[in-house]
Amino acid sequence: MSTELLRLEGVRKSFGDHVVLSDVDLSVEPGQCVVLIGASGSGKSTLLRCVNLLEVVDDGVITFEGRDITDPRVDGDEVRSRMGLVFQSYNLFPHLDVIGNVTLALRLVHGVGSEEARTRGLAMLERVGLAEKATARPDDLSGGQQQRVAIARALVANPRLMLLDEVTSALDPELVGEVLDLLGELKDEGVTMLLNTHEMGFAREVADQVCFLHAGRIHEQGSPEQVLGDPQQERTRGFLSRIRA
Amino acid sequence: MPERVASTAAGDWAPSAVQRDRDEWRRRRTLRSAAIAAASTLLLLGALAGAVVSSPGWDRVRETYFSWDKAVSSFPAVLDGLWLNIRVMAICWVLILVLSLTVAVVRTLRGPVAFPLRLLGTAYVDIFRGLPLLLVIFLLGFGGPALRLQGLPTSPLFWGGTALVLSYSAYVAEVFRSGIESVHPSQRLAGRSLGLSYGQTLRHVVLPQAWRRVIPALMNDLVSLQKDSGLIAVLGVYDAIRRAQIETSLDFNYTPYVVAGALFCCLTIPMARLTDRYARKKGYHGAGGHL
Repeated sequence: MSTELLRLEGVRKSFGDHVVLSDVDLSVEPGQCVVLIGASGSGKSTLLRCVNLLEVVDDGVITFEGRDITDPRVDGDEVRSRMGLVFQSYNLFPHLDVIGNVTLALRLVHGVGSEEARTRGLAMLERVGLAEKATARPDDLSGGQQQRVAIARALVANPRLMLLDEVTSALDPELVGEVLDLLGELKDEGVTMLLNTHEMGFAREVADQVCFLHAGRIHEQGSPEQVLGDPQQERTRGFLSRIRA
Repeated sequence: MPERVASTAAGDWAPSAVQRDRDEWRRRRTLRSAAIAAASTLLLLGALAGAVVSSPGWDRVRETYFSWDKAVSSFPAVLDGLWLNIRVMAICWVLILVLSLTVAVVRTLRGPVAFPLRLLGTAYVDIFRGLPLLLVIFLLGFGGPALRLQGLPTSPLFWGGTALVLSYSAYVAEVFRSGIESVHPSQRLAGRSLGLSYGQTLRHVVLPQAWRRVIPALMNDLVSLQKDSGLIAVLGVYDAIRRAQIETSLDFNYTPYVVAGALFCCLTIPMARLTDRYARKKGYHGAGGHL
């Protein structure tokens, strides 16, 4: 009996003739933070979207909490309700205020009453430092604040796994810190995270495991010290030197 | 956002046993869904048809509305009338597009200099959207020829068409305006920053994007126009409806109206499908992928 929360085996995904992921094996233990790195187009985002069942894999098995979620008989909505996904471009609902964004799934999916949803939503906004913005509209917030709301929205229903898709890439440099600080705190609280990022400093700090993707394959994985500090593969070295240059 | 990678050869991959299982399951489910859909459709249609046919009075209904002989004998006349509808519709539609686009552009002009134009545009739209189409047709169709204005034809067809164009342009102008205003201001800024003039930005940046967004609404209005072109029958023009009316008045069998109705549907339904296809080709999509 494995202790893994998430395991990918031989995952393959293509769009038409375009093979975006092939033969991807990966596992995430509870409480771990696994960071995917790689150039744009290496398949990092697609991998997260496959895990969230936003894309249907062409082959391979994804096991989440001991169940094969790539089985077509599985209820995708139920699986997604146990994960949280944060997008690069926030994707907040502009017609709802902040607390409305955060409590929507609690009320509609998790069957929490309005009162309790509001209490939990406010507590979560407190947690991300935005309690006073509860009635603001997403458009009135800065990018960093919007992204923290998006994290609160994904986190409020206590997902077993948080998926974070380049959550700081759309932010101004001075706003990146507030979001990364929040993620660091979540990691300390034991939230399991699978994320991709171009922030190597952040990866080095919080990752338990770093995976380097190139052309849809995982070329190297291991501790951040190994992969970022002493990469064994030529491609990894090349990528890291371009990032630092 | 699709990710791009150097494609590893797709040819050397064969689905695993698990994947073949899944594909097989999906295929069976698709087949089952199709079978259920077909069976339930047949059942529903059969039940409906049975209920209608077995109801008392069906014989009289069939004789009055669905008489085959009457349909055949009235068909040439109605079809001939429909040809007039098609011509009216086609010519009016072109004029409507031109007039309404002009009005919409005028209504979106900025600056105090354009105020009288904007006022004119707004007044036009307000008035002609407020007037019932039939009223406009009566006003122009009966009143227009009576004026004997120099240089203008007195044919009811001309005046009926004018009424259609004036009425419809007011609606379609609002469709265009909503499209123009839905293009984000940053697109205008980007155009102007390249040195394009206001007009060039409108023509090459704003309108092409607005156009794509309003196509479904435009087609809706076109379908509506196809039917409303029949309203000019009240002016005594020999269109499909008028011809059907004449055929009906011979023996009070209403089948010619049904024939005319079927012919109008034959026009509008393909048009709707064509629009859907055009829209898809232009890259519209609703909810993404399989979700």
